[in-house]
Amino acid sequence: MSGQNKVILERLGRPHRSKPDMPFHALFIGLTGFFILLIVGLLAANASFTSLDDIRTALADDAIFASVRLSLVTCTITAFLSLLFAIPAGYVLARYRFPGRSIVDAIVDIPIVLPPLVVGISLLILFNQTGPGRAIEDWFVSFVAWCNSTVPWLMDLLGLSRIRGITYDVPAVILGQFMVASAFAVRTMRVTFDQIDPRREQVALTLGCSRGQAVRRVVLPEARRGMVAAATLAWSRAIGEFGPILVFAGATRMKTEVLPTTIFLELSVGNIEAAVAVSLVMVAIALAILILARSLGLWTGRDHELQ
Amino acid sequence: MIELDAISIRAGSFHLDGVSLKVSKGGYTALMGRTGSGKTTLLEAICGLRGVESGTIRIAGQDVTHARPSQRGIGYVPQDLALFPTMTVARQLALPLSIRRLDKRFISERVDNIASMLGIGDLLNRRPSGLSGGELQRVALGRALSFAPSVLCLDEPLSALDDETREEICGVIKRVQEEVEVTVLHVTHSLKDAEMLADATLTIREGTIVPLQEETA
Repeated sequence: MSGQNKVILERLGRPHRSKPDMPFHALFIGLTGFFILLIVGLLAANASFTSLDDIRTALADDAIFASVRLSLVTCTITAFLSLLFAIPAGYVLARYRFPGRSIVDAIVDIPIVLPPLVVGISLLILFNQTGPGRAIEDWFVSFVAWCNSTVPWLMDLLGLSRIRGITYDVPAVILGQFMVASAFAVRTMRVTFDQIDPRREQVALTLGCSRGQAVRRVVLPEARRGMVAAATLAWSRAIGEFGPILVFAGATRMKTEVLPTTIFLELSVGNIEAAVAVSLVMVAIALAILILARSLGLWTGRDHELQ
Repeated sequence: MIELDAISIRAGSFHLDGVSLKVSKGGYTALMGRTGSGKTTLLEAICGLRGVESGTIRIAGQDVTHARPSQRGIGYVPQDLALFPTMTVARQLALPLSIRRLDKRFISERVDNIASMLGIGDLLNRRPSGLSGGELQRVALGRALSFAPSVLCLDEPLSALDDETREEICGVIKRVQEEVEVTVLHVTHSLKDAEMLADATLTIREGTIVPLQEETA
């Protein structure tokens, strides 16, 4: 054995004393605990500032009740629309290889990084100051008129029968929510499709499926959990959206007022009790949706869990 | 049955140039070669999952070089089997038949026939998760054969099995191949599998396909 080897073996032969794990556990658990406490603290602070009577009084107000209803309807429509666009967009970004793909990928993320007010101003300019935007608004007005004459009960049920245009009306609320929420949904669906082995799709093609059939029968059932996650994310982004809605839809009571707008309006007139009560109502709705979506996600993802 | 005439394939920096191959009807041909020699790429090109730059692919005399995978009538079992995790075994076997809009009674009978031929009749209501390696192989084989393809392409489907299960599945493949008279092209690393199953063994080396005897000579 050479002298150098002997030295190496002597040094490596000494008993190794690794550092204790306790500081690691303490740091990670401590930071997690602090984070959870911060969130619970926020909610507790809100709860201590209001009472059940304040919440009851707030909900008895026609304008606030209308805002709860509009929030629920617009968020649901936004989540549905976001998923409708996120599925194909996520699939294209995950599966297709084409020149400029990274640019398209970056464009999809723009609404996530843009300040909310900028999204609102951009929507306002697009629909008020450009030819194509005005043409879309004209077409939309005729479409609503057609819906009102064809399915008046559905339009009444959803509270959409009084729509007279896009800007400063309910569609502006939905578009404002959609612009940001859909970007999150696309990102979620892209990751979902990335994680699904393309080989299964290829096998489906050899079994006789067209590309569309392979996606519908093989890929989408596997993507169910991602779809639930994307819709939930879009919904929860939509319910908190404020900036684009304020600029593009305005803050008109009983017309374009959604829950964040209500909080803003109540705060602006110094009615802090009502603002906090509405905040808690928002938290309760958001929590209910999250719990529902999580249980639905776990249920639809059962097969993958097992695997 | 399978004829490749001067096929050239390019996949990134990898390329196969002027590959020719002939597998006769009802034959069982094993295709061997080193890792990275292009066996899987060639199999994917035959199945229509990868485009070719030049050359012709014929299946049963028909030029399918530019046909879509669904139009080639080739059953394909990839190395990882690629079973559909959300479907029961019965639905996996029925998928190629329901796509062809066959009536439900026929589909049900066909699924039962295939399942009993492969000994997976008691697994029809199970999903792939929880099935053993040998059972998964049988299901993948059944799925690839359920629409009675004229050609079956196997891409190292036995590589992840223990010796005992491997021999068992080899027996199943051979028996089923003789029963349904399908032409098989089987990509494998294992000389043992090739000897056990194949009538002819070819090897791919530097983009050329030659009989194994010539390669080892």
